[in-house]
Amino acid sequence: MRARLYMVGVGGQGTLTAARVLGEAALAADLNVIISEVHGMAQRGGVVETAILIGQVHSPLIGDGEADVLMGFEPLETLRALSKASRHTWVITNTKPIIPSTVKLGQGQYPDLREILSRIRSSAGSVIALNAEDLAQQAGALIAANMVMLGALVATEQLPFPGEHVRDAITRLSPRYAAINLKAFELGKAYVIQHQEEPDDGWDRIRAGRASQAA
Amino acid sequence: MLLLGNEAIVRGALEAGVGFVTTYPGTPASEIGDAFAEIAPDAGIYFEYSVNEKVALEMAAAAAVSGVRALCAMKHVGLNVAADAFMSLAYTGVRAGLVIVSADDPSMHSSQNEQDNRYYAKLANIPMLEPADPQEALEMVRHAFELSEKLELPVLLRTTTRVNHTRGIVKIGELPKTFTKAARFVKEPSRFVVVPAVARQRHKVLIERMGQARQLSEDSPFHMIIGKAQELGIVSSGVAFNYALDAVEELDLTKRIGILKIGMTNPLPCTLCEAFLLSSERILVVEELEPYLENELKVIVADLGIHREILGKGSGHFPQLYEFTPDRVKRAIAELMGIAVEKPVAQTLPPLPARPPQLCAGCPHRATYYALKLALGDEFKNTIFTTDIGCYTLGLLPPLEMADYLLCMGSSIGTANGFTRATDQRVVALVGDSTFFHAGIPALTNAVHGQHKFLLVILDNRTTAMTGHQPHPGLEFSVTGHVPAVAIEDVLQGCGVRSIHILDPAGLQEAVDVFKEALQESKEEIAVVISRHPCVLLRSGG
Repeated sequence: MRARLYMVGVGGQGTLTAARVLGEAALAADLNVIISEVHGMAQRGGVVETAILIGQVHSPLIGDGEADVLMGFEPLETLRALSKASRHTWVITNTKPIIPSTVKLGQGQYPDLREILSRIRSSAGSVIALNAEDLAQQAGALIAANMVMLGALVATEQLPFPGEHVRDAITRLSPRYAAINLKAFELGKAYVIQHQEEPDDGWDRIRAGRASQAA
Repeated sequence: MLLLGNEAIVRGALEAGVGFVTTYPGTPASEIGDAFAEIAPDAGIYFEYSVNEKVALEMAAAAAVSGVRALCAMKHVGLNVAADAFMSLAYTGVRAGLVIVSADDPSMHSSQNEQDNRYYAKLANIPMLEPADPQEALEMVRHAFELSEKLELPVLLRTTTRVNHTRGIVKIGELPKTFTKAARFVKEPSRFVVVPAVARQRHKVLIERMGQARQLSEDSPFHMIIGKAQELGIVSSGVAFNYALDAVEELDLTKRIGILKIGMTNPLPCTLCEAFLLSSERILVVEELEPYLENELKVIVADLGIHREILGKGSGHFPQLYEFTPDRVKRAIAELMGIAVEKPVAQTLPPLPARPPQLCAGCPHRATYYALKLALGDEFKNTIFTTDIGCYTLGLLPPLEMADYLLCMGSSIGTANGFTRATDQRVVALVGDSTFFHAGIPALTNAVHGQHKFLLVILDNRTTAMTGHQPHPGLEFSVTGHVPAVAIEDVLQGCGVRSIHILDPAGLQEAVDVFKEALQESKEEIAVVISRHPCVLLRSGG
């Protein structure tokens, strides 16, 4: 039994905190957990990648195609990290773009959001796209978008332990902001549960099937 | 407990009763010092952020020869700075345990090179341990103090980013009741003063001690043989061992492949290696960066007079570049075993806009760069900007584009000395406050004495910002509280600089005027501008 989660975002989005929550939750569930972080760029708007490996595993990194879940806190960064995903991967992506400085300087174009999502859909297994900032704001703080993402993750039931452990870890790691964080967490979870039941129009699945046959 | 590798190193040192810790911050080692900064005063441990790695190591050496267990932590390139002390320290040896942590950075996540510091252990002839994960890091540090005392030699703990910055479950041990930080140095000049006559004797002692170390390495608890090498033997160390382990399990090869994991990589456990080499015709060495183990094994094979295929970098199965990933190791093993592995679907993505890190919004360096650019006007294109290690290196990126040459800490000033003499271009050197103290001062005295004419800009944001806001000698506080500050302007004056300007980059027009004046003066002699404004991320404002 093992779960490999790859988290990617932009410095300041709280990916490291989200990873820490999952680490504490796994520990509480008595499971082995390894988190590898790259520090240094977290406050300077660069890309922040974190690998979280739970269960029977030794490597602190995730190779190409190996992620069970790819969590993208920013759509362009989800797309950039798509090599970690395969047909069995769940992708949870925030849809709120953060425009990189290079685009502002005219050195490239930010891809169209629909195109980003369709590329993700054509490579991954299941895709959840949500505006985590909007939901976080509803919860009372934009900064809690990382908790929205954690709620969405729990809703996919891809974690090898109950979501209660995540809730507990959120409370334990930051008792002061627990109320807002938990509200954001629940909003993310509810969003996924609601939208999972929406029947999809079938085209994505057909395209995905064709692509895998072609490969 | 969920601990970061660096926190596990700190815990290991605490459990060993360390009494004296020094460091200079640098990714991926910084959290070691930061953790000690928080706990040292309460625990009764002496801790300081030293001015640079050389001073840090010299201090730790003094503590260890005085009978206090000491730890000195730095990033890999920091050991280059400390190398002079490091080499002779192997000759004098220590009395109490001394552990030197070198945090290497394969893939250069935040470094100027990816040098493999395992060769430093060979170069200096001192014992080395290489942990594969946070748990082992804790145990190895604890063990290293004992090893160091047994051999009376410093021990190098060589880590990599994926150990330092991996968080994992760690079983911790007991803490001692007290930490010894005060001791008495017992004189022994025939050992500690390495004039040639003494050094000749001490080199002999060092070789003898490393002979003993070889025996201790054979019995080291950190080597491990997993499975039985039938069709293939894997030899590995450090974080790469985990990738090999996962690959063998996932490919269902546990009955066909044996793994030798080496924890003490200098000196190597030769007998153990020999036995393993005899057990399989083919050996794959799984190690990041240089073919360190690989070449050692080739020597052992040659000595044994047997034939073995030693595969790895030389055979092209692994690159000498960058850190490994689990899929890369898995592919190499699968290929050797004739197993087809499903290749991940190649992702053909359109070119995506890059997202490089940026100077923060409100960063005073931005203002300094902007004012300097305005002051240079048309001369901008004909100006060589020598830069240095710090947040301000990001001045490389557009729209600033004011970084043309960088080697290492302090190189902005040293290379500016050279550019002024080798070219007829205008030269502006840019250095941060902490870096100026670390390695800038000798180059500055060289510029004054050599009459090298350039503009030196010291970007003084009142902290060591990039590594997490550690203090430096220019500030009136340290981890222990209030201390006298060494003012940069006093240093400049003392070094004989006559053109000294201080400005606040928050006032644009004034800053431009000062830069213009200093640029004019720098045609006659070295001119220095201290651009002083606290880092925007400093809560207290420095």
